[in-house]
Amino acid sequence: MARAVSTRRKIGFTVAAWVVAMLIFFPILYTIITSFKSETEAIAGFSLIPSGTLESYAEVQAQSNYFKFFLNSVIIAVGSTILALVVAVPAAWSMAFSPTKRTKDILMWMLSTKMMPAVAVLVPIYLIFRDTHLLDTRIGLTVMLMLINLPIVVWMLYTYFREIPGEILEAARMDGATLWGEIVYVLTPMAVPGIASTMLLNIILAWNEAFWTIRLTTTNAAPLTAFIASFSSPQGLFWAKLSAASTLAIAPILIMGWFSQRQLVRGLTFGAVK
Amino acid sequence: MGNINLKKVSKSFGATTIIPEIDLEIEDGEFVVFVGPSGCGKSTLLRLIAGLEDTSGGSISIDGRDVTGEAPAKRRLAMVFQSYALYPHMTVYKNIAFPLKMAGEDAAVIDKKVKDAARVLNLTNYLERRPGQLSGGQRQRVAIGRAIVRQPSAFLFDEPLSNLDAALRGTMRLEISELHHQLKTTMIYVTHDQVEAMTMADKIVVLNAGNIEQVGSPMELYKTPKNLFVAGFIGSPKMNLINGAAAAKHGATTIGVRPEHLGISTTAGEWKATVGVAEHLGSDTFLHVHADDVGPLTVRADGEIGVHHGETVFLTPSPAKIHRFGADGRAM
Ligand SMILES: Nc1ncnc2c1ncn2[C@@H]1O[C@H](COP(=O)(O)OP(=O)(O)OP(=O)(O)O)[C@@H](O)[C@H]1O
Ligand SMILES: [Mg+2]
Repeated sequence: MARAVSTRRKIGFTVAAWVVAMLIFFPILYTIITSFKSETEAIAGFSLIPSGTLESYAEVQAQSNYFKFFLNSVIIAVGSTILALVVAVPAAWSMAFSPTKRTKDILMWMLSTKMMPAVAVLVPIYLIFRDTHLLDTRIGLTVMLMLINLPIVVWMLYTYFREIPGEILEAARMDGATLWGEIVYVLTPMAVPGIASTMLLNIILAWNEAFWTIRLTTTNAAPLTAFIASFSSPQGLFWAKLSAASTLAIAPILIMGWFSQRQLVRGLTFGAVK
Repeated sequence: MGNINLKKVSKSFGATTIIPEIDLEIEDGEFVVFVGPSGCGKSTLLRLIAGLEDTSGGSISIDGRDVTGEAPAKRRLAMVFQSYALYPHMTVYKNIAFPLKMAGEDAAVIDKKVKDAARVLNLTNYLERRPGQLSGGQRQRVAIGRAIVRQPSAFLFDEPLSNLDAALRGTMRLEISELHHQLKTTMIYVTHDQVEAMTMADKIVVLNAGNIEQVGSPMELYKTPKNLFVAGFIGSPKMNLINGAAAAKHGATTIGVRPEHLGISTTAGEWKATVGVAEHLGSDTFLHVHADDVGPLTVRADGEIGVHHGETVFLTPSPAKIHRFGADGRAM
């Protein structure tokens, strides 16, 4: 009896999970489907079967150079992530292993900066970028995205580091490890999974960041978000082309996400999965 | 060699003093047990000796060498933690080999020592596993293995068996005692467990609120507790402590009688009592009684005696086994 109930519940949960997943995924799927339609098909109404034409892709590529945007996205996303880790690893480290009375406050303050709407600092940031000649440069955008995501990176790393039991580090000290030995043989191997998932999540966040990337670039440093935007504003009615551009923009991150699901789940739950 | 000497050692965390001032001498090869109520500073004292905490005052020397300011790694001590603190990303082999690797031994020597330790601890078949794939008892053995390979001058144990079930705790207790007989190395062992303290120790240190109440062999503490605290703490079930007229008759403020030193009769005796709960274990019988004019008492009788709830019994303390305490709580 109990078995039957729990089996039925399991099936129920599975079905529900699939329904939710499909609902969430559907817009992406429909974008991909639409990208394989001609413009006339695209506006003709709802249909899940495209004709399979590649004309939208050809036109998108002809109008603007996808690979330049792609390269910018890679450089900015990866660059800002590495930069963020360089700053955040030591910061999270000291907060996790030698906390002071103010550690919690500092963490909260860092996170609170994320609660402010970005547009509130648009003007000052824009002016700073203009005066320092950082507008439309990859370096400027890399630094900007690093700063934007830094609180999240510090928080994530902090929660991961906090999970490393202090007794293990003490055991290493008792076993005769020097500080260097402790870092190389014990701390780093234990922290690598956490650092890796933080890195993955941050790459995705930086890749998808659209507010600053669109406002602080024009052509030279524009990443894929700007690429999509360039198809949406002047040509909002060309659904197929817009879909093709979007598909091209999200494909790399989708593929990366698919291959790193396990780390990502841990990252998105802020280290709560044990 | 491993004699350890604490002189006027104190420890405060910020404004709170955990250990006011302790003097303690531990001889080479001794098995010393720290006992005391939760929060009394046992772990803190052990960690001070290990060097994992800095002292606030006083000095610690090992083998006559002052190590007060020295790093844990330099003290040549090995520690077994309550949580085992194994390296989760390393195999059992690598866990045990770690201290040797840190000491810069060469691979062949490491291999031999690790395999020897594994044989002694019955871990030979598990060397390639990760700690996560071991049972609690096996993890404990790995932690001990990691401690013994380096031949430290002393072992420090912080409640190493408290995460194990009762049966395994019994086995591991014997294994650690056996290890002590084989290695003859100084061991300091922190525990809550009466049985562990009484059976394993050469010397017990009873701590209370960061102070040493008494130091002595298990039998000394059992037979001649210096004060009420030690009297109440050592022994299981606890010593009966009686105030009032019954104590005054013996010229003391409080008298203490261990449950096993109360004679029991159904016809006559010094104190008349009503039986509450009777615990029949076969080997012993524990009676929780309420004595008229005296109060609640615990009685331990050898073997099985047929006394049940609500019955009346008479109790007589053996005169030679009565502990007398003055108004200041000290033994008279
Ligand atoms: N790092 C610390 N900062 C502040 N107080 C501490 C710190 N470590 C321990 N204490 C305090 O010191 C006291 C003694 O702690 P300790 O861990 O030595 O107790 P214990 O005798 O080992 O207790 P238990 O039997 O429960 O393990 C406790 O009141 C504890 O709260
Ligand atoms: Mg403790």
